[in-house]
Parts: sequence; C-alpha cells; structure tokens
Amino acid sequence: MITELSKLTLTSLSELLKNREISSKEITEECLKRISSIEPELRAFITVWRENAIKNAEESDRRRAAGEELSVIDGIPMSVKDNICTAGIRTTCASHMLESFVPPFSATVYKKLKESGAIMLGKTNLDEFGMGNSTENSAFFTTVNPIDKARTPGGSSGGSAASVFAREAMFSIGSDTGGSVRLPAAYCGIVGLCPTYGALSRFGLTAFASSLDRIGPLATTARDIYEILPIIYGHDPSDAASVPDNLRLNAPRTPNGPIIGIADEYFGPGISDEVRSCILTALSVFENLGYRIERISLPSLKYALSSYYIISSAEASSNLSRYDGIRFGHRTRKTVKDISDLYSASRSEGFGEEVKRRILLGTFALSAGEGNKYYQNALKARALIRSEFKSAFGKCDIILSPVSPGLPPLSGKERSPLDSYLEDIYTVPSSLAGLPAISLPCGVASGGLPVGMQLIGNVFSEYFLLDTAVKFETVSGINCFSFRSAV
Amino acid sequence: MSEDLYEAVIGLEVHIELKTESKIFCSCKNEYGALPNTHCCPVCMGFPGALPTLNRQAVLLAVKAGKALGCGISSVSSCNRKNYFYPDLPKGYQISQGDSPVCTGGYLTIYADSVKKKIGITRIHIEEDAGKLIHDRSSSTLIDFNRAGVPLIEIVSEPDIRSAAEAAAYLKKLRLIMLYAGISDCKMNEGSMRCDVNISVRKKGSTELGVRTEIKNINSFSFVEKAIDAELARQIKFLKAGENIRHQTLRFDPETGSVVTMREKESENDYRFFPEPDILPFFITTDDIKKISEDIPALPDEREMIYTESYGLPHKDALTIISEPKVSMLLDDISRRTRYIKNTANFIISEFPAFCEKTQKDSAELAPRLAELCDLLGDGEINSSVAKKTLRVILSSEETPLHYIEENGLRMIRDEKLLKATVKKTIDENPGMASDYLNGKKAAFKSMMGVCMKLTNGSGDPVILTKLLNEALKNHHIN
Repeated sequence: MITELSKLTLTSLSELLKNREISSKEITEECLKRISSIEPELRAFITVWRENAIKNAEESDRRRAAGEELSVIDGIPMSVKDNICTAGIRTTCASHMLESFVPPFSATVYKKLKESGAIMLGKTNLDEFGMGNSTENSAFFTTVNPIDKARTPGGSSGGSAASVFAREAMFSIGSDTGGSVRLPAAYCGIVGLCPTYGALSRFGLTAFASSLDRIGPLATTARDIYEILPIIYGHDPSDAASVPDNLRLNAPRTPNGPIIGIADEYFGPGISDEVRSCILTALSVFENLGYRIERISLPSLKYALSSYYIISSAEASSNLSRYDGIRFGHRTRKTVKDISDLYSASRSEGFGEEVKRRILLGTFALSAGEGNKYYQNALKARALIRSEFKSAFGKCDIILSPVSPGLPPLSGKERSPLDSYLEDIYTVPSSLAGLPAISLPCGVASGGLPVGMQLIGNVFSEYFLLDTAVKFETVSGINCFSFRSAV
Repeated sequence: MSEDLYEAVIGLEVHIELKTESKIFCSCKNEYGALPNTHCCPVCMGFPGALPTLNRQAVLLAVKAGKALGCGISSVSSCNRKNYFYPDLPKGYQISQGDSPVCTGGYLTIYADSVKKKIGITRIHIEEDAGKLIHDRSSSTLIDFNRAGVPLIEIVSEPDIRSAAEAAAYLKKLRLIMLYAGISDCKMNEGSMRCDVNISVRKKGSTELGVRTEIKNINSFSFVEKAIDAELARQIKFLKAGENIRHQTLRFDPETGSVVTMREKESENDYRFFPEPDILPFFITTDDIKKISEDIPALPDEREMIYTESYGLPHKDALTIISEPKVSMLLDDISRRTRYIKNTANFIISEFPAFCEKTQKDSAELAPRLAELCDLLGDGEINSSVAKKTLRVILSSEETPLHYIEENGLRMIRDEKLLKATVKKTIDENPGMASDYLNGKKAAFKSMMGVCMKLTNGSGDPVILTKLLNEALKNHHIN
C-alpha cells in the first residue's frame, strides 16, 4: 500500500509493480483520490475518466499476475492533453468549438500507450487549441500552478504538467508547437521532452501548426521519460511527416565531446537574474561531469519569435478552417441569412479571443500582397535558423539554454499578447528547426519556484539528451522533489 | 465566328477524376453512385486530428496522363493548400498543387477545318475533389461526402484554341486519350470530366490578349460549344460598342443558352496558397516513368496512322473506329488473330452501332469468332454476302461462323459444273433479262447475277459465276 504517492516516480512505481509490492488498482485509486481532493483547486483536468480507469487497472493487475504484462508502464496511470484524440472520450481542445466533440478514432500515440497497458485517467486542460502559454486561454478555466497557486502552470500543456507534479497522474502526454511541453514542465518543476519533428506520430493530434506540432511526454524525472519514449517512438504510416525508422540517423558527435554549446542569443536582455544564475550553476555541474563548454553563435535567433508567430498563425488559420459549424463542433443557434453568416456567427461564438487573433494574423500573413511578404520572409528566417543550428552542431553536441526568460508569472494579471509571446523566445527556435529539446528543472528560485533549463540536441538525438538529463538530475539532486507542493 | 475582324483566344481547364481504387488521401473507396456518405472517413471528412496520406496510384495516373500528352514529368513535386470556405469542402481548404505540378508542357493534336493543329498543354496537377451539395425539395441542402477526396487531375491548356469547334475537338480528343490510357472513364454526365473555359477576344492579327472571362463547370461537349459561341458573341458586341469586357466568372445556362455572371473576379477569393505541411514533397523516378510509359497502349494518333497506312482504311472509317476505344481495342484483338485486317475493319464499319453496343459489355469472346469469319472470307471459303449475313448472326447470338456456314450450307460453291447449270437455269427462266442485256441494258447483268446467287442460296462464287454468265450470254447471242 502506498502512503506517499507523492514521493514516487514512474520508474519506482514500475519497480514496485514488478515486485508485486503494489497493484495498479491501488495506484489508480490513489490517483483518483488525489484528483477528487485537489482537483477543485488545481483544475488540471477537463474530463476525468473514472469508471473505466479502475476497470482497466484491474485488467492490468490480472495481466501482471499471469505474467503477461504489456510493458514497464503496464498499470501506470496517465493523463492526456485534451487536444489529442481519444476514441469515445470527449476531446475539446479547451474550446467551446469542440465542447461536445467525441472523436471516433484515437491518436496513434494514445493507442500505443493503451496497448502498452497505461491507465487513462482523463484529459487535461490547455490553452485553446494550444495557443498560449498559461492555460488562461482555455475556454473553460485556468489551471493553477501546483507549486504556487497564485501563478500559472505555463502552457499550453499546463494541465498535463500540473497533473504530473501533483501526482494526479504519473505521467502525461502533451503537445509542443512552440514550447507547449517544455514551458509548463519548467514552470511545474518536472521534465518534458519535445522529440525531433517526425519522431512521433502526429496522427490524432488536433492540428494547430502542422509543420511545428509535436507530441511529447511529461514526467517527474528524465529517468521516467526513458521508460515512456520507446513506447511512443516510431514511424507511423498515417502521418506522412513521420520519419521511417531506418532513416532516423543519429548525427555524429563532436570528436572531443561531449561539448555543450552556449549562445549569447539565449541570454538576451529580458532574462531574469535568478534564471541566469541557475543556468550558470547548472553549467558548472556539467563541467564537473567532464563536459566541455563552448561558445557558439546563432545570430538569426533574433528572427525566431516573429517568424514563429507568423508561420504558426498562418498554418493555424488554415487548420482551423474546418471548424465551420457544418459537420461537427459548435454551430450558432442564431437565425442566419446565408452560409457565410452561419460561418461567421458559429466561428465568432466558438473561438476565443486569442484563437481569433491568430487566425486573423495568419490569414493576413497568407493573403496576396503585403501580408504574404511577412510569410515569405518568415520562411526564409526559418531556413536560416535551421542552417545555423546545423553548423552549430558541428561544434557542439548539446545547446544549453533557459526554457523561459523568467519565473512562472502570476495568473490573472493583465498581460499584453506580446509580453506573453516573449515567454516563448527560448523555446521557439528549436521548434522552427524541428530539433529535439528536453526541459528539466535546474534550480530553485526565491519562493521555492522552479527554474528550468533546456537541452537542445541534433535530429534524433533524444536518447542522448535523456542520458545527459539523467546524469544532471542524478548528480545535481535537483528534480521535482526539490519543490514543495502547494496543493 | 461571323465577325471576321475578331479572333477568339480560348484556353481550357479540364478536371478529370482518376480511376483509382481508393481516394487520394485516405483508404475510402473511389466509386461513383454509392449510397450517400457511405465512402467517407475522418480523413476525407476533415475531422480534427486526422491526417492525409498521399495515394501513390493517383500520382502515377497523373504521370500517365502526362506521358500520354507528351508532357515533361517533375522528378520532385509537392502539394499546396488552397483555402476557401464552402460546405462541400470539409477541411476549409483543398489540397492541390502550386508551382511544382506533376506534369508540364505537353500537347495534343486536333483537326481544325481538316488541318492538323497542335494545342499546347501548360500543366497537369493533382488535387482532391470536393463533396457534393444536394439541394432537396424542402429547401434544405444535404451534403454527400462520397466524392470528397476523390483524386482529380486538372489539365490546363495553352490559349491556343480559336473557336468553339476547336474547343470541342480538343475535349473529345482529350477524353479519348484518357480513355485509351485507362486514366478515367471521363463521363461528363457523372462529373468525372468537367470543363472550365477561359475566353477572350482580340482583333485579328493582334498578339495582345484581351480581358478574359471564365465560364465555370460546363458538363457536356455541346454546352461547351454553345457557351463559347454565346460568350464570343457577347464579348464582340461589347467591343464593337466600345465598351470594356469585365474580368468575370460566368456560368452557362442551358435553358436560355446564354452565359450568366456568377461573380466579378475582383470579389473573388484570395486562396492564400501555401505549402501543404502534412504532405511531404514526393518523388517520381525515371524508373516509374519508364514503367508507366510501357503501360500506355497505342493512342488515337498512332491508331490513325496504323489504320490508314497499314490497314489501308479510309481516313473517315479510321476515325470512326478510333472514336470508340472499346471497338478499336476489339479490332486490335482480332487483328492479332487473322491475316485479313481490312475485312475486319470493314465488318466493323458496316455494323458499327452493333459493335458499339456489343463492346459496352465484355466483348473478348467476340474476337476469336470474328477472326474466324474474317479468315473464311479472306480465304474465299465464303463470299461477302454470306459473310455479312453471318456477321449479323454472330453479333446477335453465340453461334460460331464455321458451324453456322456448315449448318446452312453456305460455303462458297466453286464447282463449275454446278454453277454452269445455275447460269443456264437463270437464262432459261429469265429470257427477258438476257435479251435486255444483249440489247445493251448492262444493268440486267446484275439482276441475273442476283438470280444466280438466290439459286445458290447466296453461296455461289461470284467470280466464277460472273465468268460463266458472261460466257453463257455470249453463246446466247450466237444462238
């Protein structure tokens, strides 16, 4: 029987399950109990899937008793971001547009986890369609940061990150378009991985910006991610952008490595002192571990944020066209005079302010004439950024940076969209380049708040990133247990 | 065009549905006429999270169309999104192609006033079809998504067409080429071939292009001709009156035979094209192209040459046969089985409607029987009147020629003794005819031949009979 679920990681639970010291049913009941007690305050879940969870846990226990467990995570409870399709379970994207949408099929990644015996507990909150970094753009409610209830958990996978830190679920599946796994992981003191674009199937992930969207796991430690990644990794013929397994070539390492690259562009004027000093401390940990530190330069990173917002909004304006009130989703109850009236009324009612802002921005960026110049320039900047990363990885094996310039902001505070976009400044460059990046805690700031660091690797180097992250968390002793839970 | 001062400049955009097993971006069946909304899935319905995957068969058929039209094939090609809202368009965008289409720069030949003329093909690209709106009686609109995601090619011509007749000839030729190559069934009434016409008028001799209008979605050859004539007349009337043509999108109204404005081009959608991120650029190898090229049967132009030059058919007959691919293919089949190809072609021409009807169904079994008949005629075992009679019998039954001929005693009679008796009987019983002939009425010879034939049940050898009749009549004269 577990008394202290909050002290356990997925890896240690997996061990306990293996040794029959605990059952999946006990873990699942404990998670559900935690959900019941803290969810009114935390609000990480949009939908909790109670009944089936227990039934599935019992099945997992039976499999294990028969020696037929499906994987190391068989019987371990998880949560899934509510923009990932789960057959028969409402998938809202935190939007009124899809408030009652129940998908008829499951995302490939979710299917793989189910087939590995993971126990589905529910769907977590996000910024509507993934557009935001605080969950404040959810059409339903804002999730609270479990470390400091006055602050945001980050976003858009804020519900996923909060549910993991608060041990409502032992791990979660989020999505990352411009930092949506990495930022909330950093703000909630846990680990989030954004794998190489094309490493995991996007099939069933509701599209925000197709050329940037990635699914990524969030867990208490890097060691935990190690257990999850192989299960969800791999080619999927249903996603044309997914890379065939035989083409996932590991880029060569530097001969005298491992070398960690540091770029000034990641330590711009907006960075807070606390974040900077935690990153510097982390660097010294790596030095002590024998890593060499090299300065590198990524001059085009100054275009990353604006390019990201132009490209992602352009793609979003197209991807979100399907929400027209015709086949599924919200349709206006107003009397309309014609079809275009039906479209505009349904879309005006169904989408929130931030989503509308990005659709308008993206529509402008793709429009013939002036607008399109922005889009074309953004594509050029993206190509530049890609090539600068490529040459940087000739000089180093990992690029280390902060996840965000500051600490988790106070929620409810009126921020301009631009201020909010600036929080993404360190996560969007690797998104544009499609490179894998891991976000993990590297220090404790004043008030016990977490500071995250980001390790960016070359294509398909996620296991190397994980190795590095595991070394860091082992040696530094900094992990999710370094932060006191407020819930 | 009656107005000699002006000349029409016409380019056609033709959409053709590809004959693939499944749709272009999902595994739903590509089949016309099924119950509404029985061939659709989350992908072709544009559900959240669903992703398209490109059907290679559609790409290869587009390549085939390109090869059949003499196009260059891109080694790398990619898709674009064309964004607009319409209830039949599930995703709010159509996946199409932008500046890297599968094929570019081909041509086809037509006859313009019996002179061969090349019409250039600008490009061929692949795209997905939209669903179909059905406006029912209760004033509501229903949507059938069976067609959503059916693979299309759009074939864009150069503005080389100068008249309605040339446009019709282009379309008919294009349709034939697609049918022979097995790319589409090209049924305009079922919408598997649709045509948009771009049309402008200019002073003859001018090289500048006038302001063009576009007539959308015309669904029959004759409507295309009528629409073009109506629009030309309208544009010329405007120009004569010194008025400007407006850049418009038009629709042809078959009821009134006139064109109707749909929208001004200025108010048209900005389609906001951009590279489709869900479909990666795709490759077409020289090996693909080689395999596809080998798979294209003889096309109309080549057939025309073979039929007129090798088979010695009159040009008109050659074109008649070529106009029905299934009949032409049957001729191919028979020609592999008999030495008397011209006989075969003549049979086909003589009973053309029957052949067209027969070949609508599986007509493979016809080939050996027809070949047998051609051999019998060619080897002189039967004469042409028996052959004709036998042809009608085998077209309407499962009878084989040899069996029918034996059963009815139709094999050619060459026995001179027997035929001499026939000639004698003919002259004896028709003295009037004989004396008519001898008095200079040459037509009477034909009548006597007819009697001879009748007496031999149609199977007397006409060459021998003619010889014998001539001899007999000479003797008759002496007597």
